[in-house]
Amino acid sequence: MSDQSSELHQVDLAPGEESEGGIGIRVVGYVAGLGLALLLTATSFFVAGTDLVWQPSIPVAIVVLAIAQMGVHVVFFLHITTGPDNTNNVMALFFGILVIVLVIGGSLWIMENLNHNMMPMNQIMQMQQ
Amino acid sequence: MFGKLSWAAVPIDQPIPLIAGAVVLVAILAVVIWVVVAGHLPYLWREWITSVDHKRIGVMYVLLASVMLLRGFSDAIMMRAQQAVAFHSQGFLPPEHYNQIFSAHGTIMIFFVAMPFVIGLMNLVVPLQLGVRDVAFPTLNSVGFWLTATGALLVNISLVVGEFARTGWLPYPPLSELTYSPGVGVDYYLWSLEISGVGTLVAGINLVTTVLKIRTRGMNYLRMPMFCWTTLASNLLIIAAFPILTATLAMLILDRYLGFHFFTNEAGGNVMMFMNLIWAWGHPEVYILVLPAFGIFSEVVSTFSGKPLFGYRSMVLATMAICIISFMVWLHHFFTMGAGPNVNAIFGIASMIIAVPTGVKIYNWLFTMYGGRIRFATPMMWSIGFMVTFIIGGLTGVLVAVPPADFLLHNSLFLVAHFHNVIIGGVLFGAFAGYTYWFPKAFGFRLHEGLGKAAFWCWLIGFYVAFMPLYAAGFLGMTRRMQHYDVPEWRPWLMIAGAGAVIILAGIIFQIAQLVYSIRHREELRDRTGDPWDGRSLEWATASPPPVFNFAVLPHVAGEDAYWAMKAKAKEQPRHEEPDYKPIELPRNSPTGFVCAFFATIMGFALIWHIWWMVIAGFIGAFATFVAFAWRDHDEYEIPADEVARVDRVNLAERRNLVTAAESVR
Amino acid sequence: MMTTLTMTQGGERDHPGLKVAEHDGPAPKRIVTAYGFWIFLLSDMVMFSCFFATFAVLSKQTAGGPSGAELFDLKSVAIETVCLLLSSFTCGMASIAADVRNRFWFQLAMAVTCLLGVAFLFIEVREFANLVARDAGPTRSAFLSAFFTLVGCHGLHVSAGILWLLTMMAQVVAKGFRADIQRRIICFALFWHALDIIWVAVFSVVYLLGSAA
Repeated sequence: MSDQSSELHQVDLAPGEESEGGIGIRVVGYVAGLGLALLLTATSFFVAGTDLVWQPSIPVAIVVLAIAQMGVHVVFFLHITTGPDNTNNVMALFFGILVIVLVIGGSLWIMENLNHNMMPMNQIMQMQQ
Repeated sequence: MFGKLSWAAVPIDQPIPLIAGAVVLVAILAVVIWVVVAGHLPYLWREWITSVDHKRIGVMYVLLASVMLLRGFSDAIMMRAQQAVAFHSQGFLPPEHYNQIFSAHGTIMIFFVAMPFVIGLMNLVVPLQLGVRDVAFPTLNSVGFWLTATGALLVNISLVVGEFARTGWLPYPPLSELTYSPGVGVDYYLWSLEISGVGTLVAGINLVTTVLKIRTRGMNYLRMPMFCWTTLASNLLIIAAFPILTATLAMLILDRYLGFHFFTNEAGGNVMMFMNLIWAWGHPEVYILVLPAFGIFSEVVSTFSGKPLFGYRSMVLATMAICIISFMVWLHHFFTMGAGPNVNAIFGIASMIIAVPTGVKIYNWLFTMYGGRIRFATPMMWSIGFMVTFIIGGLTGVLVAVPPADFLLHNSLFLVAHFHNVIIGGVLFGAFAGYTYWFPKAFGFRLHEGLGKAAFWCWLIGFYVAFMPLYAAGFLGMTRRMQHYDVPEWRPWLMIAGAGAVIILAGIIFQIAQLVYSIRHREELRDRTGDPWDGRSLEWATASPPPVFNFAVLPHVAGEDAYWAMKAKAKEQPRHEEPDYKPIELPRNSPTGFVCAFFATIMGFALIWHIWWMVIAGFIGAFATFVAFAWRDHDEYEIPADEVARVDRVNLAERRNLVTAAESVR
Repeated sequence: MMTTLTMTQGGERDHPGLKVAEHDGPAPKRIVTAYGFWIFLLSDMVMFSCFFATFAVLSKQTAGGPSGAELFDLKSVAIETVCLLLSSFTCGMASIAADVRNRFWFQLAMAVTCLLGVAFLFIEVREFANLVARDAGPTRSAFLSAFFTLVGCHGLHVSAGILWLLTMMAQVVAKGFRADIQRRIICFALFWHALDIIWVAVFSVVYLLGSAA
C-alpha cells in the first residue's frame, strides 16, 4: 500500500485536516469556534426560558440556533470548508445531510399523516374504555 | 446459568428441522474432519481464514452466498410443495413450522444470499478494475465478511436450537413483540441481522472509500468502468440505509428485552413507526442489491458485444439518480396502511419516476448490443434473460406503484411474483452472470459452457413456470403466506408453480455439476493469458488468478475502456522492454476478523438465550481483540522486486505467445 | 509487446477539446483512513436521525406519565453542554499537540478532555437515575423510551469515546507519534467533535424544545 501512497497530494485533504496555519492560528481558530459555540448555546438557553419574545417563535429560534451552532462546529472544529481540497468531504457531508433530512422529514410527514387518518392503537383503546 | 436455554430447545418432536439440521451438521462435521485429517487446516488458516486479500475475501463471500442459496432454496421448494398439496388439507408442514420457513427463506435470501453475493463480486473485481493493489481497509474488510458469516451461522443454528421467527422476513410489530412472540425466534432474527448489519456497513465504508480514494493514475471518475460506478452508488446506499436498519431493530430489541414502548400497543407506542423506518431502509436495500447487478450487466453486455457501453455518461447519471431517488419512495410499501391521498400520490409518483433511469439503462444495453458482434457465452445469456425478465418485473412494479391498484394487490401473491421477478430476474441473474464472467479471473480456469447454458435455460424457464402463475393467483385474490387454502381456482396455478420450482432445482443441479466438472477438467479450461473473454477493463490486464499484488506495475489510464485501449495501442506498436519492477508492500494477514466473529457469535447466541455472563465474556473478548490488533507493530510485508518480476514475466510470456499465435493464424 | 501495456495510453474515446485533469493515483493512507472514518460518522449520524425521528414522533405519547417540561432540569443540561464544548476545544488542542509531536501537551489535553467527558457522563447518569427513581424510567411511556434511547445512545458513544481516548493515550506512551497512531488520533478527534454536534441537536430538540412545549 505505502508505495501507492508515496506521491504527495496537494489537492486533497483528509476530513478534519486544516489546510494551513501555524500553531497560533490554529489555536485561535479553536478559540473562535468555542466562543461562537458558547455564545449560540447561551442564546438558545436564554431564548428557551424567556418570555420577552413572541412565544410561537421560540421553537423556530431554537432550531435555527441549533443549525447555526452545528455549522460552527463543522467549520471550526471539523474544518470542513468549501475549498477545492475538500470536495469529497463536502460531497459526503451533503449526501449524509440529504439522507438525514429525508429520513426525519419523511418520517414526520408520513407519521403525522397516518396519525391523522388512523388513530394510534393506544388512543383507540382509550376510546373503547 | 444458561438463561432460557434448555434441552427443550432442541426440536426432538419435529422431524423435518431435526433431520435437516442433522444432515447439515453431519455434512459440516465431515468437511471439518476431512480438512483436519487431510492436513488442509494450516493452508486454510493461512491462505483464506486470516487472509486480508480482497480477492480471497470476495471468493469467500460468494461461497457463503452459494451455500446459503441452497438453504434458502430448500425452504422455497418446501413452501411450493406445501401450497401445491395444502388444498382442503393441512399439507405436510404444521403452521408454526411453515411460518418459520417463509420467514427464514426471505431473511436468508436477502441478507445471506443476495447481499454477500454482490458484495463478494464487488470485493473481487472493483480494485482490479480500478487498477490498484488493494481495498482501502483490508483488515476491516475481513472483519466485515466474518461478521456476515456470523449472522448466517446464527440463523442456521436456529434450525436446531430453538426456533426461527414466524413473523415474515421483516418482523412487523406488534406480532414481533414479546407479548405475541415470546419465543427466541425473533431474537435470532434480530441479533443475526444486527451483527451481519455491522459487517455490511463495514463492507460499504470500505468499498466507497476504495472507489473514491484508491484509483490508479489517470483513472478519473468518468473513466471508471460502469461496475465501479454502480458499486459506488450501491455502497453509498449501504452507508445511508443500514444504520436505519440497525436503529430500528435496536428499538425492537429494547422493546423485547427491556420493556420499552416504541412499537407496543400500550403506553403510547406506535407500530407504524416500525413500518416507516424499516422501509426507509428496505427500499434503498432493493437498489443496494440491484445496482451492482446493473453494473455486471453493463460489463458483460459491452464485452460480449465487442463495443463500448452505449451512453456511458447517461448510465452514470441514471445510476446516481437511482441512488438518490431510492430514498424518496419507501412509503409505497405501505400505501394501504392509512396515509392520506396526498402522501400516497407523491410517493406513488416518485416510485414511477424511479423507473425512468432504470428504463434509460435498458435502452443503453440494447443500443450497446445493436450493431455489435455478439457472442452468446453464458454470461451474455444471463444478461439477455435478465433484460426480458426484468422488464416484466419492472412493469408490474410500476403497476403496484399506483396506489389504487396497490389497494387491490397489496399482500397478494401478485406482489410476491413481482418482487421475485425483479430479485431473481435482476439480482440473481446478475450475480450468476458475474459469477460465470469473473470465475476465470478468480481461479484461472473457465466454467464449462454447455452445463452453464443448461443451468441458464432451467433457471429461466423454471422462473417463468414458477412465478407467472403466482401473478394469476394474486389476481384471483390469493394472499401471501398461506399455509393452506380452500379455493379450488387457485390450485392449478399453485401446482404449476410447484413444477416451476422443480425446474429451478434442475438449474441448481446443473450449476453444481458445472462447478464440479470444471474443477475436474480445469486443465482443459485453463485461462493462461488472463483475458479469456477479450475484455475491456483493467481486471483482464493481469494474470488469472491475479498475483497477490494484482498489478506488477500500476497501470496508467488515459480513457474509458482502459484495457481495450491498451490492447489496441499494443497491436499498433509492439514494444518489448521490461517495466521497472519495484518491491511491493502489502498488508499482513490477520486473524482479527475471524476472532471478532468468534466472539460475536458467542455474544449473539448468549444474547438470544439471555445468558448474561457469556455476553460479558464475549464483549470483553471482542474488545481485547481490537486492542491487540491496534497494538501490533508490523502490519505490512514486502515482496522483493525479483519476485514481482518473476511472477509478472510468466504472464507476459503467455500473453506474447497468444498474440504471436493469433498473428500466425492471420 | 504486452510488457508495455501498463505503460501505454489509449485515450481514443476521451473527448477531444476537453482537457481533463488527470487523477494522480491512490491517495495517501492518512487521507484514506480519515475519509473512511468520516463516512462512518455520517452513517452514525443517519442512525441518530432515526432516533431523533422516533423521539419527535413519540414525544407527545406520555401515556398519562410525566412530560418533558415536568422532568428536565435545564441547569444540569447547561453544565453538560459546557463540559462537552470545552472538551471539544481541548480535543482540538490535543490534535495540534499531536501534529507538532509534543507529548506533554498532548497527554495533558487528552486528560482534560477525558475528565470533561467523565463529568458529562456523571451528570447524565445522575439524571437518568433520578428519573428512574421518580418512576419516570424508560418503561413508563413511549416518550420516555424514546428519550432514554436517544440520550442514552449519545451517552454510550461518549463512553466508547472515553475508552478510545484512554487507549490512544496509552498508545502514544507506548509507541509515540507513529504514522498509524497519528491517523487514529485524527479519527478520534473527528469522532469527538461529531459527538458534540449530535449533542447540540440533543439539547436543542430534546431538552429546550421539550421543556418549552
